[in-house]
Amino acid sequence: MTRNRIPFAVLALIIASAGWFIDNLYYIQILTFIGLNTLLALGLNMLMGYAGQISLGHSAFYGIGAYGTAILTVHWHLSPWLALPVTITAAMLVACIVGIPTLRLSGYYLGMGTLGFGMIVNILFREWASVTGGASGFVGIPPLELGTVSFSSTRNYFYLVWGFVIVSFIICHRIINSRVGRALRAIHDGEKAAAAVGVDTSKLKLQVFVLSAIFSALAGFLYAHMVLFISPESFNFIASIRIVTMVVIGGMASVWGSLLGASVLTLLPEWLHAFSEFEMVIYGLILMIIMIFLPRGLTRGLLDIYERAVKKHDR
Amino acid sequence: MQELLQYFFSGITNGAIYAVIAIGFSMLYNSTELINFAHGEFVMLGSMCMITFVGVMHLPLMPAIILAIACVTAAGLLFERLAIRTVKHPEHIVLIIITVGASIFLRGAGMIIWGKDAFSIPPFSSHPPLDIHGAKLLAQSIWIIAIFLLTSIGLQLFYKKTLTGKAMEANAISKRAAWIVGIPSRLMVTLAFGLSAAMGGVAGVIISPVTMCSYDMGTMIGLKGFCAAMLGGLGSLWGALIGGFLLGILEAFGVGFVSSGLKDATAFLLLLFILYVRPGGIISSVDVKRF
Repeated sequence: MTRNRIPFAVLALIIASAGWFIDNLYYIQILTFIGLNTLLALGLNMLMGYAGQISLGHSAFYGIGAYGTAILTVHWHLSPWLALPVTITAAMLVACIVGIPTLRLSGYYLGMGTLGFGMIVNILFREWASVTGGASGFVGIPPLELGTVSFSSTRNYFYLVWGFVIVSFIICHRIINSRVGRALRAIHDGEKAAAAVGVDTSKLKLQVFVLSAIFSALAGFLYAHMVLFISPESFNFIASIRIVTMVVIGGMASVWGSLLGASVLTLLPEWLHAFSEFEMVIYGLILMIIMIFLPRGLTRGLLDIYERAVKKHDR
Repeated sequence: MQELLQYFFSGITNGAIYAVIAIGFSMLYNSTELINFAHGEFVMLGSMCMITFVGVMHLPLMPAIILAIACVTAAGLLFERLAIRTVKHPEHIVLIIITVGASIFLRGAGMIIWGKDAFSIPPFSSHPPLDIHGAKLLAQSIWIIAIFLLTSIGLQLFYKKTLTGKAMEANAISKRAAWIVGIPSRLMVTLAFGLSAAMGGVAGVIISPVTMCSYDMGTMIGLKGFCAAMLGGLGSLWGALIGGFLLGILEAFGVGFVSSGLKDATAFLLLLFILYVRPGGIISSVDVKRF
């Protein structure tokens, strides 16, 4: 049991020292974005990697988190800390309503169903201009404050986001190594077999769907109060695909894969800015090359390479 | 009445385009059980090639069309050879992410080659629009529907009458059985990729005069085509036709009677509804592989 906690302690230590030693606020901000994306990838990884259910519309929950808190704090003048539970409850409700009929589907049809849901939510953000600000976006979201601590500073926000990430990591880790986690993997390997040994598959699938919606909405909440301006483009189909890509590139069914995938897909565009107009071409190429040569994702792929190297060395 | 007819005309025009794209999706799905998320980008390539051949190089219409479709087919074959066949243990989700990577790559390449501006070419022929009960049917709409009919009849003949077509169908039904009777299954997959890309090219060619073409047009139109293929039932050519026209016509009425902003929403609401009522599409044929 204590051995399992070591990686998380190390991660917490790395985060703390990164916040302490890195002076350049731009780097701190990028690290904060990695944290947000890790939350998104972690949520979807629970659904895709462990339960084997694809979602191509997850940015809808991300958007519900962001727009939810924006509407509650700006139009209704609610405190952000009150808005957080309300938004998350809303995301859970939506996940239930959408999940019950959608999760009966499987494979591409499930992908298409979630994709349609994501598109509809995105169109709502864009068209319901009186509430969401429409295509031009939503301005004036207040920064977070807790007592005397203001999270408008980049460094404080970095600690806040990564605090949430580490807690989520521990929660996911506990779930995966529990009875529920084993049941999820059983669904992944064969839904009928899982049902035959007494797993309530539809209930469990819905629970994981709701769980991943919570993570995404939380990420949306944190995103909105970080950048203080949101627009529908951040939550469109391409954003959903980006989350899926993070999960697959990092490694499915791996908590650490989510972190790795989120890091790679956040850092890559930043680094590729230098290539200006060749940015997209190189980005696409890198995605394809990673998948062609490391089809099981970076985590598993790099481990395989390492193990092979060790074996060669021993011989 | 006149309005209704006008919406209907614009619906069947869009429907024919969606149907051609949906056929491309379905065809590939039949042979490989793969959804190509770069398919919309093939449509974009077809349109942009037309812009270059007709708008810049001033080639005559027919050679331009054939050349554009050939270019897109070549791109599809190249994609299959370089990115799909090189994967050692092809799992669905991995192949899907590769097609996502390819779509980003192609979009980026389109931006480098043609820039960020939107272009359009003149209609294929300059006939005045037909006047039917006060509603106008554009000459280009007739071109679109005619080319669509030609393509689908051609495909039907290809599948039913030629040996290669029959072999492709056999391969789609069961790879193993096809292999036993001596059908080269790998070649059939390559062929399916080529044909599917060609369908994307055809769609790109016929829409180049009716829409503003730019490097990023592929995502939305590809999604609509995917939507149409799903509506009808993935893997069925008839399903793709029905799905395409249903989507096009309902969307046109949605624009007319609700609002143009909600146009895209009607398509996806319809999709969700049909998925819930008939989880396998209107013509549900084979059950779909899980991830």
